[in-house]
Amino acid sequence: MSAIELRGVSVALDGRPVLHDLTLSVPSGARLGLIGPNGAGKSTLLRAVAGLAGHRGEIRVGGVPLAALSRRELARRIAVVPQNPVVPAGASVGDYVLMGRTPYIPYLGTERRRDLEIVASVLDQLDLADLAGRRLDSLSGGERQRAVLARALAQQAPVLLLDEPTTGLDVGHQQQVLELVDALREAFDLTVVSAMHDLTLAGQFAEELVLLDGGRVAAAGPARAVLTERVISRHYHASVRVLEDPAGGVVVIPVRPTRRGSEPAGTQVAT
Amino acid sequence: MTLTERRPDRPAVAPGLRPPGMRAWLLLAACACLAGAALLAVLVGPVRLDPAGVLAELAGRLPLVDVHGGLPDRDAAILWQLRLPRVVLGGLVGATLALAGAAYQGVFRNPLADPYLLGAAAGAGLGATLAIAYGPDTSSWPVGLLPLAAFAGALAGVATAYALGRSGGGRSATTLVLAGVAVMSFLTAVQTYVQQREAETLREVYGWILGRLTTAGWHEILLILPYLLVSTAVIVAHRRLLDVLAVGDDEAESLGVRAARVRLVIVAAASLGTAAAVAVSGLIGFVGIIVPHTIRLVAGSSYRLVVPLCLLLGAAFLILADLFARTVMAPGELPIGVVTAFFGAPFFAVVLRTSRRTL
Repeated sequence: MSAIELRGVSVALDGRPVLHDLTLSVPSGARLGLIGPNGAGKSTLLRAVAGLAGHRGEIRVGGVPLAALSRRELARRIAVVPQNPVVPAGASVGDYVLMGRTPYIPYLGTERRRDLEIVASVLDQLDLADLAGRRLDSLSGGERQRAVLARALAQQAPVLLLDEPTTGLDVGHQQQVLELVDALREAFDLTVVSAMHDLTLAGQFAEELVLLDGGRVAAAGPARAVLTERVISRHYHASVRVLEDPAGGVVVIPVRPTRRGSEPAGTQVAT
Repeated sequence: MTLTERRPDRPAVAPGLRPPGMRAWLLLAACACLAGAALLAVLVGPVRLDPAGVLAELAGRLPLVDVHGGLPDRDAAILWQLRLPRVVLGGLVGATLALAGAAYQGVFRNPLADPYLLGAAAGAGLGATLAIAYGPDTSSWPVGLLPLAAFAGALAGVATAYALGRSGGGRSATTLVLAGVAVMSFLTAVQTYVQQREAETLREVYGWILGRLTTAGWHEILLILPYLLVSTAVIVAHRRLLDVLAVGDDEAESLGVRAARVRLVIVAAASLGTAAAVAVSGLIGFVGIIVPHTIRLVAGSSYRLVVPLCLLLGAAFLILADLFARTVMAPGELPIGVVTAFFGAPFFAVVLRTSRRTL
């Protein structure tokens, strides 16, 4: 069954159309990478699926139309890791992760023992137990991203939406976070949809890629099929070289445009 | 990276998640502060009351307690008719303003927000000025016109700001704050105009704006108590959601919270409490800012602890400020707003200096 299904979805922000008539199906347990140039609509697509942006057309989550789900029900099905999470001043890591239990705690109630147990086990799994009492704003970038992931995980939602989860991290922490997401996906049988900036990482950590450009699906399929020099130069207006990684996958390397004649940037680079 | 297996030696609840010891300790200390402040304020005044007699007198009123002794009749009258109502009113107003301030700071995610942010103060000020300038003589009424006008003005000010903010398109906190600024400027302009036209009211209006607890009696307390109780109950019940709102509307929504609706409920409750407090005490500034921020510096930012501590310490702070106001130049009285601002403004500067790090 599809974890997420979009049929003819269009989204406009302030009257400006951002997504056009998108149709997409994400099977349960998939790890989908959303790629595309800035402004292609990656974040908007994630926001629409999370119920944060009004849309036309139909979005189904676990077979149920979005419109039929309350906020709380949706929060139990979809957890979101935003690109720039707000770091509440003075909050401890433990309290922050506990917020992930919000969709299970009665409106005016407080957490129960089970909520605390789930938080404790999530903290343990993400190696955060020793940081539980620390202030969130005293953590390093990598630790903070783990805390944000932990909060999303505490929601126990089958679908995890990540908006450029490696923003602001160095290459080591980028890999660690993505490996962690992968391990979590396997352990909890999650469906992961992740907007990605880095095309090489996208190719390595997603089974399927969807390339958005101008609010439309420009290409979709396995990394090898989508990440070609022709496709990338056409949609990103970038000069790149795509190399085969002997260990599987592909490596995308930006290169200076060749200067022969007056070739404009964005044309294909001969290999 | 692989997932860490749960280590069996760990307790089920993560350490550091909620240190119950510190929490209880802080709450106890705050209770002690309030009790001490109240007792001190009851004892000190033009007529010194005998502490043992006061305690016996108070204990004697408790159900199932039979204490002999107490105070002579004259002292008992001073205690029950003058001192105690004033202390109770000061405590109620202080607790309400501190709590409303903390709630406003939470829903607007703005450390400088105070309960008067959305036009409650300007509305109350205009209402009071109109009542003083044009109101009929209401000395025979069961309820004076002034508190009613201030109460209605405060609520109308906030409601106008809210309506304006929503019609402005956005439901965001920033739109609302800006609408509040517009409403506040407009109402203040009208109030200043009325005040200038009716110059003989200047002194009375001015006295009201600086805040006072001088007319305190049990009557005023009973008048505002229902509103304060509703306001407090709603905010206390929302303390966990106030924490969730700290991550912003979008993230709160993705956690299953309808941010705009929760904000409306909390703003309505805080404004109701503020309006009731303002109606009987005038505009007492700074309580809604200094008390919550001091608490955050000591106890952290979680509203689960900030809310009860605001109630206790807000009450204690205003009781002490009032004690200072009525004793420092006795038999004259300083407006209590002057006292809170005198201590509040320097403190505020300190808060601002440290705010980059801690707030």
